[in-house]
Amino acid sequence: MASKARKIVINPVTRIEGHAKVTIRLDENGKVDKARMHIVEFRGFERFVQGRMYWEAPVIVQRLCGICPVSHLLCASKAMDIVAGVDKLTPTAEKMRRLLHFGQTYQSHALHFFHLSAPDLLLGYDADPAIRNVIGLAVEHTELAVQAVKMRKWGQEIIKATSGKKIHGTGSIPGGFNKNLSIEERDFLLKDVDQMIQWAVDGLNLYKELYMKDIDTLGPLGSFESNDVSIVREDGALDIYDGKLRARDKDGNDIFDMVEPVEYYKYIKEGVRNWSYMKFPFIVSLGQEKGWYRVGPLSRVNNCDFIDSPIAEKERQEFKALGKGRPVHSTMAYHWARLIETVHSAEKIKELLGDPDLQKDDLLLTGERRPEGIAIIEAPRGTLFHHYRVDENDQITMANLIVSTTSNNQPMNESVRIVAEQYLEGEKITEPLLNLVEVAIRAYDPCLSCATHAVGQMPMHVTLIDADGNMLDEKVRD
Amino acid sequence: MAKPKVATTHMTGCFGCHMSLLDIDERIVDLIQLVDFDKSPINDIKKFTGPVDVGIIEGGVSTQENVEVLRMFRKYCKILVAVGECALTGGIPSLRNTVPLKECVEEAYLKGFTVVDGVIPNDPDIPLLLDRVYPCHEVVKIDYFLPGCPPPADAYWAALTALLEGREPELPYELIKYD
Ligand code: SF4
Repeated sequence: MASKARKIVINPVTRIEGHAKVTIRLDENGKVDKARMHIVEFRGFERFVQGRMYWEAPVIVQRLCGICPVSHLLCASKAMDIVAGVDKLTPTAEKMRRLLHFGQTYQSHALHFFHLSAPDLLLGYDADPAIRNVIGLAVEHTELAVQAVKMRKWGQEIIKATSGKKIHGTGSIPGGFNKNLSIEERDFLLKDVDQMIQWAVDGLNLYKELYMKDIDTLGPLGSFESNDVSIVREDGALDIYDGKLRARDKDGNDIFDMVEPVEYYKYIKEGVRNWSYMKFPFIVSLGQEKGWYRVGPLSRVNNCDFIDSPIAEKERQEFKALGKGRPVHSTMAYHWARLIETVHSAEKIKELLGDPDLQKDDLLLTGERRPEGIAIIEAPRGTLFHHYRVDENDQITMANLIVSTTSNNQPMNESVRIVAEQYLEGEKITEPLLNLVEVAIRAYDPCLSCATHAVGQMPMHVTLIDADGNMLDEKVRD
Repeated sequence: MAKPKVATTHMTGCFGCHMSLLDIDERIVDLIQLVDFDKSPINDIKKFTGPVDVGIIEGGVSTQENVEVLRMFRKYCKILVAVGECALTGGIPSLRNTVPLKECVEEAYLKGFTVVDGVIPNDPDIPLLLDRVYPCHEVVKIDYFLPGCPPPADAYWAALTALLEGREPELPYELIKYD
């Protein structure tokens, strides 16, 4: 009865952008069978970085992602610190890197929530797509839109002050950092810091209100129970720059904990499917079928034991209460956790800006060259793994990169499948279904498609195709 | 009078060029006054209902789909601007041109350090990869090139405002020098 099976193709990013495309497969009974998000881009960094000098890696690999380049810059630098024989940076270098990373997290989270997701939430999922974007937000909620622009700008200014450029700067190098923060730069950033903390808190309160008001819809939307992976500091605190690996199951029990980054490959492996250029990471002890996990703000806030900044910690406790003793599994709670981290980043930036170490000159260390470097960092969208081998000529011979969105690959497929199950009416493609698939994907943010939304509307192109390839129905929304 | 229309697309790049456009910050509000993004091809390729004044291309050409998109943009955009090193030269992704494609793909999907049960993705739902990464001007005629990785926000602003007013863009050295 294969001919009865149906396949719905959603092209949420448009063919023009061509980065993700979704198919929902129906079984013979018209029930949702599976959802697949096809990642249609391949670049081959792991291979072509081979032969390059190890100190070039940070600036080459950050070109993987223009939305969170700092994460790749820093993760590669951390791996290459080890190659350069440096286990512990000078306080100034480490604090400069942390400042850079918090600046990025702040700008990226602000972009993700305000520019990309707030239009859905504030203008309504069913608002005219022509206005349901940051432009519409600017018209209807001018103050909020301008505030969002200023928040992102401030984060970008931190990146510029530490790395020299807003996008693809340098700053971080194997063994340390190449500049400190001048008093002028510090004061320039300090003058807005309280406002930035306040706006982050306001954003969080706004989202909490929206979420609680609509909890019957938003709570279960695209939600499922899953494992969480993140790094945490040795004492269990949230740490997005450095720490050890922790994986917890849906009930919050440890699958593994305090795993050294250099051991990552014993715990995490990747599967491959022939229908996507993106791989499928999983926890080895649970196997390919059951071992997939989520990463990102939700997993980090679920996994950590506390947050070491006062406002964010208070908010974490309130957030935790949502789970009633278990981890929070609601997909739309990603935004909530994201905003807690936005507050945390601003609090930590304030703390760092007050630290006189940032004006010191001790920036770089060297040591005895080693053949291998492995590092893990928490990028805005989740855990990021970099692993390199370097030969005696200083040339890279092997690179293995597991990026955040890759870890969320299977979870995004799950969310789409569940939204389809919840909202598909018979074999009809409805507007709410399209909207909510978009909204669920955007909670994780496969970077590229969401960024598109920043300057234009995320469009949808859905076709209903039978197993023989005949088109039964088509819906294009502009 | 209708506002001029602007379309943008991202091909084989990192989205940094789009992010740099966002770095015009508060001027984004002015830009919205100046141009129309609505009904632009950014929404859906099928909606190229009429000519677009300025098309902005980020990224080089590495898949069969990139080729189609670029041709569409050439067909519908009066002025086509390639932005960033990836669009201008192939950029970092074109480092793969030094290695046979087969090796790149095998490295990622068969030999990857943490890969188990590898296969080479080949489903019809994903586009075919080209042998090399090509700069945009090798595929279609490009009218203007905006260099940088990414071009700075001020360069976008200077170039866009000029083109929209029908002037030749004048870019001082600071806006086109590399880093
Ligand atoms: S030119 Fe640079 S910023 Fe632009 S897409 Fe390419 S790598 Fe990214």
